[in-house]
Amino acid sequence: MTNIREVRKESEFLLDVRELKTYFHTFKGVVKAVDGVSFSLKRGDILGVVGESGCGKSVTGFSVLRLIDSPGRIEGGEIIFEGDSLLKKSEREMEKIRGNKISMIFQDPMTSLNPVYTIKKQICETLELHGGLRGKEAHNRAVELLRLVGIPSPESRVNYYPHQFSGGMRQRVIIAISLATSPSLIIADEPTTALDVTVQAQLMKRLYQLVKSNNSSMILITHDLSLVSGVSDNIIVMYCGRVIEKGSSESVISMPAHPYTVGLLESIPKMTGERKMLHQISGMVPNPFEMPPGCSFYPRCELGQKICEAEYPRLREIEEGHYVSCHFAGRRNF
Amino acid sequence: MLFYVIKRFIQMIIVIAIVATIVFIFVNMLGDPAVLLLPPEASPEELAKARAAMGLDSSPWEQYKLFVVNVIHGDLGNSFVFREPAMKLIFERMPATLEIVVLAMFIAALIAIPLGVYVGAHPNTFASRSILSLSLLCISMPTFWFGIVLILVFSVQLGWLPSSGRGDVVIVWGMRLSFLTWDGIKHLILPAITLAVQQLATQLRLTRAGMMEVLRQDYIKFAKAKGVSPHDVLYGHALKNALIPVITVYGLEFGGLVVFATITETIFAWPGMGKLLIDSINISDRPVIIAYLMLASMLFVVINFIVDILYTVVDPRIDLR
Amino acid sequence: MMDNKSLISKIIKSEGLYNFKRNPFAIAGALIILVFLFTAIFGPHMVSQNPYDLAQLDLNDSYKPPIWQEGSDPRFILGTDDQGRDMVSAIVYGVRMSVTIGFCVTIICMIAGTTLGLISGYKGGRLDSFIMGLVNVQLSFPSLLIAMLVLIAFGRGVWKIILALAFSGWVTYARTVRGTTMSEKSKEYVEAAKVIGFPERVILFKHILPNVMTPVIVIATLQIGTVILSEATLSFLGIGIPITEPSLGLLVAQGYIVLFSGLWWVSVFPGLVLMLLVVGMNLLGDFLRDEFNPRLK
Repeated sequence: MTNIREVRKESEFLLDVRELKTYFHTFKGVVKAVDGVSFSLKRGDILGVVGESGCGKSVTGFSVLRLIDSPGRIEGGEIIFEGDSLLKKSEREMEKIRGNKISMIFQDPMTSLNPVYTIKKQICETLELHGGLRGKEAHNRAVELLRLVGIPSPESRVNYYPHQFSGGMRQRVIIAISLATSPSLIIADEPTTALDVTVQAQLMKRLYQLVKSNNSSMILITHDLSLVSGVSDNIIVMYCGRVIEKGSSESVISMPAHPYTVGLLESIPKMTGERKMLHQISGMVPNPFEMPPGCSFYPRCELGQKICEAEYPRLREIEEGHYVSCHFAGRRNF
Repeated sequence: MLFYVIKRFIQMIIVIAIVATIVFIFVNMLGDPAVLLLPPEASPEELAKARAAMGLDSSPWEQYKLFVVNVIHGDLGNSFVFREPAMKLIFERMPATLEIVVLAMFIAALIAIPLGVYVGAHPNTFASRSILSLSLLCISMPTFWFGIVLILVFSVQLGWLPSSGRGDVVIVWGMRLSFLTWDGIKHLILPAITLAVQQLATQLRLTRAGMMEVLRQDYIKFAKAKGVSPHDVLYGHALKNALIPVITVYGLEFGGLVVFATITETIFAWPGMGKLLIDSINISDRPVIIAYLMLASMLFVVINFIVDILYTVVDPRIDLR
Repeated sequence: MMDNKSLISKIIKSEGLYNFKRNPFAIAGALIILVFLFTAIFGPHMVSQNPYDLAQLDLNDSYKPPIWQEGSDPRFILGTDDQGRDMVSAIVYGVRMSVTIGFCVTIICMIAGTTLGLISGYKGGRLDSFIMGLVNVQLSFPSLLIAMLVLIAFGRGVWKIILALAFSGWVTYARTVRGTTMSEKSKEYVEAAKVIGFPERVILFKHILPNVMTPVIVIATLQIGTVILSEATLSFLGIGIPITEPSLGLLVAQGYIVLFSGLWWVSVFPGLVLMLLVVGMNLLGDFLRDEFNPRLK
């Protein structure tokens, strides 16, 4: 019986991250960039990972691909992808997964493409590595991919160098590369942050359509809660390397439980209702070398009590599938 | 492109004109060649006659005007000592210098680039630290002393390799070449190694620095995220980018070795341009010194031109204007 | 002004010192430099003879091998040269010369190059084009060739070689400082100083200069070694230090002449010492460069 349940569980979740810990060992001490993060992702779902810069959301993304550079190291936890533990795989096996089954979209399109190679070469590299496509076939596929991401006259643009493209166009190229092998998981790390506002919405829409039509899953890493709310099925909110709230998009957006999430939501300008000053979360993110022993949000929290200073609040379920790590969440109305 | 070539050509003429003037002034501050060339017991009349023969009896201004006219006609004067055109003397010796320089650059690049890539990619391993320290030792080593130690070991102690001269040469298109005979090759080895060692260290460190800089870039991480193997990330994605800024240095180093192989050539009595330069300085052979320095400046202008062209080949972002 | 105590505690707590203590190569470099500085300052008073005072030399002592070889003289640990000079004493005097020239040239270059670079970067315009034109012409030639040209025009001599090497060495500073100055110039604190009405001199030396000092110090540490090698090379070629003065390069040249008679020590030891001295400078210079270059971290 248990066996059948196991199998069912595996097929249900494409990615299951449990108690992931990624630490950076610097001369000043250890930075716990990711400290016990758990989440899971179903096939075809989109997961939004939200938090301020430095909260460990990007490191989480890179940890899944095992692309953590020294002095960083994955210290513990489990990453189960399609039923296999990624942390137990050899570097060779990881190479076959990277860019093939899991691909990544980087934050800054201006620096993510190799300046000395043509777009064609950079797309075909992925196609050759993982799809076995060569020559004319690869060329045709590259052109098709560029058309798919909305680059005009792709037949001629495919021979361009990155510097001949604008930022938005480059990010489209990067999306084309990530989609080249129809991966089952795409990790998009702030895919639109570096772009103009007008381009952002366009590109996000295109990315969403492509991911959905491809039947891929996506982890959308961003600091922008409003971006995530429209597209993702589930949301996790991170603060100082930990998950402080997670749940379905509707419940997190409509009934935020953690004071930090509430703050984030209130700092988004609304188009309707009365005009008032935007909310701001006062104070600063604590120094990563001197983390408070209790709740890391305590120094900035309006609800802070003695217990918050002393004891880190465990994640607890406040309604079905909606977890929060706060001693007072759900006990008060905000 | 054509516009660029013309611009470069005009630049070259300006540089050469400036260099010619500076060199002329400097060289005229040297000792009186007549005194140096004639025996000490020569009479004042003999000295005056010798000066007139060398065109040194007129005022410096007259001499300069004559010099400029001659330069425009491509005539840099005859050597006081060999009584042959200075340019011809230099060109005769150029193949000898080019032989050791090209060989040295080749040896250096062949070893330095792979090592530089390795050290840049794995900066903290024991092997990297050792290679880097060794390269530091090579850079800190006086070239002339290293040549002497090589002679001491391989010529004096072991007697394996000759310590001076070019050995047997073969004449190809009027150039005397050593590397086509076994004896010539044996003569080439020590001078080439002497020149190569410092080059090797310089190139290695440049490649390393370039690699370290490039490996931090996002496109390297993106390549890794695409599943490119570590070898292809290093040699396919990183090296080409890392070598772009190094090209300039390679060009200048090559030029530097050609015009200033003097030390190595002196130690190994290698009859190249550098040996000619130092000999000419010691006997105040003005036309040869002037011709040499003019040629050197021309060489550097040409090298800069070639480097610029190479840049456009390897770096698509650069466009010649 | 920062008071001494906070400066010291700042240094002790700094990442630089932490890295320095963990880098055996940097420590080795610093130790080598200290030993050589000590030798340069006190060495000549401690050795048995002044090898450049002909009255103290005895031709009967010439060509003695180092003490572990047959026919040696216990007074001369590393043997003697053709004039009966004790090699140890000659090397110690040579080191003093090398270190003196190394520091003098570097300081002159540093002052001249930094000043010209500051002016060039701050003023711009024709003065800038002129200075940078000069820099670019000089940079495209081997610096030794330029020094050589100056020396053959003026002749041999200690001061002449210092000037010749300074003449060929200032350009690196000028180019780097100019670049930094140009980027500093547009920053707000300089704008603010201008608005307040500080004279240019004050803005340049009190406000911009401290911000360009880091690369200057790195270049200087690396340059000392190069200068020492250049001096030795020019002296070896017979156009640097005159033969009446001590110089490691000249010693190697003397040894080269007698090399084939088996008198290897006259060349080998001075060269070895020279290398060690330059290695020390480069080890420390390398460390400082990596430390001050945030792009390599």
